[in-house]
Amino acid sequence: MQEAIPFTPSSVASWIGQILWLIPALPIVAAGFIALLKQPSRKLASSLAIGSLFVSLLLALTAFGDVLAGWVTGHAVRETVNFAWMHIGATTFDLGWVLDPLSAVMLVMVTFVGLLIFIYSVGYMAHDENYTRFFCFLALFAGAMLGVVIANSILLLFMCWEIVGLTSYLLIGFWYQKPSAAAAAKKAFLTTRVGDIFFLLGIVWLFAQTGTLLFYNQGNGSMEPGALAGMLAAHAGLGLSAATAIGLLIFAGAAGKSGQLPLHVWLPDAMEGPTPVSALIHAATMVAAGVYLIARVYPLMSAGLQPSGTTVALSVVTWVGAATAVFAALIAVAQNDIKRILAYSTVSQLGYMMAGLGLGGVAVGMFHLITHAFFKALLFMGAGSVIHGCHEEQDIRHMGGLRKSMRWTFLTYAAGMLALAGFIPFAGFWSKDAILESAHSWHPSKAPFYLLVFGALLTAFYMTRQVSYVFFGEYRGHGHPHESPRVMTTPLAILAFFAVLLGLVGTPAWPWFRSFLTGRPSHFEWAGFAEPGIFTLMLTSTAVVVVGLLLGWWLYGNKSPRADEPDALERVMPPVWRALSNRLYVDEFYGATFIAFYHWWARVADWLDRRVWGGIVAAVTWLFGQLARFNRFFDENWVNGGFDKGCEELSVGGGLLARVQSGRVQTYLRLLALAVVVLAAILIWSSRG
Amino acid sequence: MNVVFWILAVITVFGGLTAVTLKNTVHCALALTVAFAGLALLFLQLDAQFAGFAQILVYIGAVAILVVFAILLTRGSETPSEGVFSHTWFSGLLIAAAVFAVLAWAVLNSTAALPHVSSAPTVSVQQIGSALMGRYVLPLEIVALLLTAAMLGAVMVALHEKGEQK
Amino acid sequence: MTPLAGYLLVAALLFAIGLAGALTRRNAILVLIGIELMLNAANLNLVAFWRYGPHPELLTGMMFAIFSIAVAAAEAAVGLGLVIAIYRHVRTTDLDEINRMKG
Repeated sequence: MQEAIPFTPSSVASWIGQILWLIPALPIVAAGFIALLKQPSRKLASSLAIGSLFVSLLLALTAFGDVLAGWVTGHAVRETVNFAWMHIGATTFDLGWVLDPLSAVMLVMVTFVGLLIFIYSVGYMAHDENYTRFFCFLALFAGAMLGVVIANSILLLFMCWEIVGLTSYLLIGFWYQKPSAAAAAKKAFLTTRVGDIFFLLGIVWLFAQTGTLLFYNQGNGSMEPGALAGMLAAHAGLGLSAATAIGLLIFAGAAGKSGQLPLHVWLPDAMEGPTPVSALIHAATMVAAGVYLIARVYPLMSAGLQPSGTTVALSVVTWVGAATAVFAALIAVAQNDIKRILAYSTVSQLGYMMAGLGLGGVAVGMFHLITHAFFKALLFMGAGSVIHGCHEEQDIRHMGGLRKSMRWTFLTYAAGMLALAGFIPFAGFWSKDAILESAHSWHPSKAPFYLLVFGALLTAFYMTRQVSYVFFGEYRGHGHPHESPRVMTTPLAILAFFAVLLGLVGTPAWPWFRSFLTGRPSHFEWAGFAEPGIFTLMLTSTAVVVVGLLLGWWLYGNKSPRADEPDALERVMPPVWRALSNRLYVDEFYGATFIAFYHWWARVADWLDRRVWGGIVAAVTWLFGQLARFNRFFDENWVNGGFDKGCEELSVGGGLLARVQSGRVQTYLRLLALAVVVLAAILIWSSRG
Repeated sequence: MNVVFWILAVITVFGGLTAVTLKNTVHCALALTVAFAGLALLFLQLDAQFAGFAQILVYIGAVAILVVFAILLTRGSETPSEGVFSHTWFSGLLIAAAVFAVLAWAVLNSTAALPHVSSAPTVSVQQIGSALMGRYVLPLEIVALLLTAAMLGAVMVALHEKGEQK
Repeated sequence: MTPLAGYLLVAALLFAIGLAGALTRRNAILVLIGIELMLNAANLNLVAFWRYGPHPELLTGMMFAIFSIAVAAAEAAVGLGLVIAIYRHVRTTDLDEINRMKG
C-alpha cells in the first residue's frame, strides 16, 4: 500500500521539541563522565548510565505524549528545530532535530528497551572486571542511537550513524584479548564501512541536488515536495532519476548497517560480544537503524509512486529484503550456537522489515521493527540467561531440559519464540501479517509473497528446533544449571509482556499504529477483519506457522541428540545440511575474492613502497650525502685553507710592518723626513696645478 | 749676487759637510763651529746685525762648547771599530737628497713669486729692545720660562744618581 | 737668480747636509750636531725672508730668528744631557745598538 503523508508544514516547536536534544545528549554526557572514572567505581558507572537513560526515557515519553495529543486532536505534529552549524563560503551546513510520530515511537522504543537491557547488564556483567568500560560504551551507544533517531539533518544523522558504528566495534570487541572477538569487531566495522561509503556518496549527491541537508525545513527540506520534484526530474544515467539513484545509495548504507544480503556477514560474527550487547545493538536498535533510515527517507524512495505500481528504489529494497529473509532463515536452520541462531534470525527479520518498507510503506516496516525489537531483545536476554545459567556454555547440543531448572527463563523465552514465529495472537503475528498482506497485494510480482511465506515456515521451524534442544529433553552439559538472579529475569518478564500484547496496536481491526504514523484518525472496528483477503491471509499464515512448529517438534521434539550424533535434518538431507551449516559459503566466497584481492593489493603496495618510493628516497638521500661530502671537502680545503692562507699572509705582512719599529731613533727620523718630502711634493705640485 | 756672499756660502757649506763626515768627533765639533761662524757672517751680510752677534755669542760661545764637553764626557773621540756611518747609510743619504731636491725645486720654480725688496732696512738695537718689551713681550716671558725649565731639566738629567759609580 | 733665491738654496743645502748627518752617523752626539745645523739653516731662511720681504721694519723675521736661537740653545743643552745620561747606562753612544724601543 502506498502512503502520502498529509502533514501540515512544520510548526514552531513546543517546549519538549526545543529540549529534544537532551534525549541523546544525556547518555553521551554520562558516557563522558564514566570514561573519566576508575575501574573500581562500578556502582557509580552503572548508576550514571541507567539514570541518564531513565531521564531520556521520561523525556521520550513526554515527547510521545505531545505527538499523541496532537494526533488525538487531529493535528499532525512535525516539529523541527534547525540551526546552522558551519559556513564555508556561501554554503551552510545545517543541523537540527525533528519530532514527529516516526521519531516519537522510535525514541520510546530505544529508550525503553535500552533501559531494560542496561538493568539486565548489571547482573550479566557483574563478574566482569571491565564493568565500568562496558557501561561507558553502552551509554555512548545509546546517546548516538538516539541522535540518529531525532536527526533532521542527514549530516547529523550520518555523524551519529558513525558513532553508533564505532560503539558497535568497541562493544563487539569488548573482550579484546580474544582473537576471535577482535577479528569480529574489525569485520563488523569494515563491512558496514562498505555500505557507509555509498551512504556518504548519497548524502553528497543529495546535498548537491537539493542544496539542503535538512529533511524538513518549512517547505525547503529535502524530503518535502519541492525538492523531491526536482530530484525526480534530474537524470542520473542508466535511465534512472536522481531520486532513485540517491535512494539506492542510501539503501546501500542501510543494507550494511542492517545486515542485508550481501553485507550480512558481520552480524553472526558480532555475537562474540557480550549478550547484552547482542540484545541491544544487534537485535533491537543499531541494526534497526538501517530500517529507520529508509523509513526516514521514504518520501525520496517513493518519489513518483503511482497508485498501482512501485518505484525502482522500493522494488530493490523489497527484493533485497525478501531474499535476505529466506537466505538467513535457511542458514539459521543448521546452526548449533544459541546466539548464532538468533543472529541469523535477526538478519532474516531485518529482511522482513525492509521488505515491509518496500511493499507496504513506513507504517508496515516500522511496526515490525518495533515488535521485533521487543521480542528479539527478550530472546537474546533469555539466551544470555541460559548461557549464564549453564556456566558460559553456548552450544545447544550441550544444553537440554532447562525448562525445569530455569522456569522464568523458559516461560519468557517461549513467549518470545512464539512472537517471533508469528503465532496468533502474539505481537509478531500482527506485524508479520501486515507485511504478508502488503506483499500479497503488490502488483509487480507475487514472488516476494511466496518467499516471505516460506521464510515464516522456516522461522517457526528453526525456533522450535532451538527451543527443543535447549529447554526440552535431558540435560547434556557439564555442571548444574541454575536460574538467573532477579535483576536479570525481571526485564525478561517486562519484555515478555510487551511481546505478547504489543501487537494489539496494529491489528486490522484497530490499525492505530499506522494511523498514528500517517496522521489519520483511527477507530476500533471488528469489521476490519472482514476486509477481503484479510481473514484468508490470517488463516494462511497461522497454518504455515503451525506446520513449521509441528515439523520442528516432529524432528526434534523431546529427543536429546548428543553432540557427536548427526542432527535429525542432517540424516534426511546431508548435502543440504552441510551447505546450510557452512552458512552457504558466503564468507568463504568473500575470502577467495575480495579479501584475496585485497591481500594481493597490499603486497603490491608494500613492494611499491619499499622498492619504488623507498628507492627514490634512498636515491635522494644518497644525493644529499654526496652533496654533503662535497660541501665538507669544499669547506675543509678551500674555505678553511683559503682562510688559513689569508691569515698567514696577514701574519707575514704584519711581520714586515713590525720591522718599522726597530727601536732605533734614526729609523724613525728617516721615516719622518720621508713623510715630509712626500707632503711637500704634494703641496707644491697641487699648488702648481 | 756679490762675491762675498759666494765665499761665505762656500765656507758655511764646507763647514757643515766636514761636520758630518769626519771620523774624529772633536774635529766634527770644530767644523761645526766654522759653520756657525759662516752663518753669523751671512747674517751680517743680510743686515741682521743683532741676529749675527747673537749667533756668535750663543751658538759658538755656548752650544759648540757644550758639544765638546759632551764628546769628552762620553768618550766620543775614540773611533768606533765598525765605522762611523750606520749600516744603512745609503737610505739616509737618499732621503736627505730627496729633501734637498724638493726644497730646491720649490725655490727655483717660484723665483718669480718670491718677494724682492732691495732697500736695506735700518735696524737699531733700541728698536729691537722696545719690540721685545712691547710687541713680543709674551714670547719673551715664555722663552724665559722655557730656558729656566731647560736648565733645571738638563741639570737633573745629567746629575749623578745616588749610589751610582762615577 | 735673485739674491733671496741664493740664500734659500744655501739654507736648503745646509738643511739637507744636517739631515744627512742626523740620519747616517752612528754617534748620538753627531745626530745632535746635525740637528743644530738644520736649525741654523731654518734661521737663515727666516732672516733672508725678513730682509727681502715686505715690511722689514716690523722686525718679525729677526725676532723669530733670535727666539729660535734661544730655544735651540736650550734644546741642545737638554739633548746633550740626555745623551750623557744614556751613556751612563749603556756605556755606548752607538745608535745602532740602542734599540730598547724595538717593536
